Amino acid sequence: MTKADFRAGAARAVGDVQLRSNFRRAMDGLMEKRAAQFADGEELERLRTLGESIRSRSLARLPELLVQLENNCRENGIQVHWAETAEDGNRIVLDILKRRNAKTLVKGKSMVSEEMELNHFLEAQGIETLESDLGEYIIQLAQEMPSHIVMPVIHRNTAQIAELMERKIAGVSYTENPDELCRIARKVLREKFYKADAGISGVNFAVAETGTLCLVENEGNGRMSTTAPKTHIAVMGIEKVVEHLQDVPPLLSLLTRSATGQPITTYFNMISSPRRPGEQDGPQEVHLVLLDNGRSRILADPELRPTLRCIRCGACMNHCPVYTRVGGHAYQAVIPGPIGEILTPQLRGLDVRGDMPFGSTLCNACVEVCPVRIPIVDILLRLRAEANSPEQGGSVKGAGAKREGKEAMAWKGWQAMHASGAVYNGLSRLLAKTGNMMPGSVGPLKAWTATRTKPRFAARTLHQMTRKRGIPDE
Amino acid sequence: MSDQSRNRILERMREGLQATPHPGSDFSVLAEKQWPPEARVKMLRQRLESVNGQVHLCSREGWVAELQNLLSGKAVSNLLYAPGTEHGSELERSWPGDDAGLPSLLSTMEEDVDFRERVFDVDASLTGTIGGIAETGTLILWPTPREPRLMSLAPPVHVALLDAVNIHNTFWEAINQRQWADGMPTNALLISGPSKTADIEQHLSYGVHGPKELIVLIRE
Ligand code: SF4
Repeated sequence: MTKADFRAGAARAVGDVQLRSNFRRAMDGLMEKRAAQFADGEELERLRTLGESIRSRSLARLPELLVQLENNCRENGIQVHWAETAEDGNRIVLDILKRRNAKTLVKGKSMVSEEMELNHFLEAQGIETLESDLGEYIIQLAQEMPSHIVMPVIHRNTAQIAELMERKIAGVSYTENPDELCRIARKVLREKFYKADAGISGVNFAVAETGTLCLVENEGNGRMSTTAPKTHIAVMGIEKVVEHLQDVPPLLSLLTRSATGQPITTYFNMISSPRRPGEQDGPQEVHLVLLDNGRSRILADPELRPTLRCIRCGACMNHCPVYTRVGGHAYQAVIPGPIGEILTPQLRGLDVRGDMPFGSTLCNACVEVCPVRIPIVDILLRLRAEANSPEQGGSVKGAGAKREGKEAMAWKGWQAMHASGAVYNGLSRLLAKTGNMMPGSVGPLKAWTATRTKPRFAARTLHQMTRKRGIPDE
Repeated sequence: MSDQSRNRILERMREGLQATPHPGSDFSVLAEKQWPPEARVKMLRQRLESVNGQVHLCSREGWVAELQNLLSGKAVSNLLYAPGTEHGSELERSWPGDDAGLPSLLSTMEEDVDFRERVFDVDASLTGTIGGIAETGTLILWPTPREPRLMSLAPPVHVALLDAVNIHNTFWEAINQRQWADGMPTNALLISGPSKTADIEQHLSYGVHGPKELIVLIRE
């Protein structure tokens, strides 16, 4: 596999007319719906302040809250596991499945399991995993990555989905009727829910105070996956915990209104224990896998910590002038768009994805809509600086990976030139005479002029012109 | 392995967080959301209807007749219900025999019948609710051994009973007034409409995994 590179991905995506129109339509719709939900600007700002305070408090107390969550879950009968890396997490899930002799799995939508590449891992072990969220089911058929964190198959239009389902599901004939396509999926998945040995889900919020796992969804597949099979395994990033039950309603409100412009989703599912005596359904075992995978490192840096406030609403991508034009796949990462640009390099390292923080215009649209006020632009700038910092100069994994000797030298020269009046004057006069002879398409200027027009140097420097007009030189 | 991982993760976090202040939270933006009882019923109804829920107002005694009315026109051949609950008993008492053209009643508590098998097979179900939320048009369900979790999910039609007096202003208010933090059930649910998806090019389709129809009877 070649190294993931946003610039190349974006260039490809910009040329895909169908893709661009699919995204444009969808994003315009989502922006409108969000705006309609927050017609009362004052309410929005007060809610954002509240949401930000809740998430900041959760992070400030994260170790205590995780221990409290663990204790309360255990008391309720939920088994808790800790995973330092994605590989650890995958192993833990596999061990649970093996112990239960589980061969078939249904999955609710979970970004953390995408981060772990859990499906891939389990399939290599001979365990069939089936995505049950309609969008995830479709991209699983297409063997694609999600292109949006809330609407994973937003990059495809109905005809493209119809063609895929006809090709991939036995006995299905081509139809562009979306209700009919849903009915087909319902039929296939119903059967699976009924028979699956285990269900896997993510977690939107975990409540430390009560040991409760909360899931947000519209379809009911999350409820199915967590209720019908005998074993339920929930995987979550360690940052998802909140302190109190009363912290949940404001975050839920911010999440659904920012994400899809709904006052609330169809289902909000709060799970606090496995099946209790006398109960006739629900899993007999519930497991919670807590995944670090680089998060504790982000937590340690006060400037980077706000990254972990994210509630995965997707508003930052819906409003991003870059994302809305290139779509999610251009980022070649599980989480695309502005939040992906700051989260992915921190989790995977600037040596692996140091390209991502540069895929932004720094226009601040993401910061304006983020319901928990993550300073995405400040973090982007910090990551850009770290990517170019001298070796070992930063706290982010892979810092300095993008540093180039030539560029560093150019800036050193720039610094020297501006530090001395005499050198500055001499050089700027020289450039006024010879600058236009420098070729833009070769040599050191090539990379810079690839996406920019080379400026023309004026025949006289500003200093020369002002002196000529008689403005005294201070 | 898990124990060592746990300690290392916690240690890293504690080290990184030294003396980080904990901000307080001001919930007044939620606490201020207060409406009179009649307005709450109206809001809940309006919100539920806007997401394709069907809402009917009826009297404390008249709900069974209303339900019969609603179901007689539908292709529903059976209705799953929970005997031993208050509403289950009321339903049994006034449900006519099989030849009245109404769906036959199926119990959640029948011996020798596997509940899971039954719930995936029926046409419709009736459950109670412990309350509602005006702001979002939401039903609150705490499933019980008699009224299990899948009852509000697997059948294509779900009928829910809601007492108007139990409609709260907000979710936040319900949690605090009823002191949920003192003891959570196995599963607490908020339901705000029939199951739906917009994953196929933003087109809204109902009943993708759960009920296609949600019928709410509000008893005033
Ligand atoms: S960064 Fe903010 S806007 Fe983006 S997904 Fe996270 S919470 Fe939503």
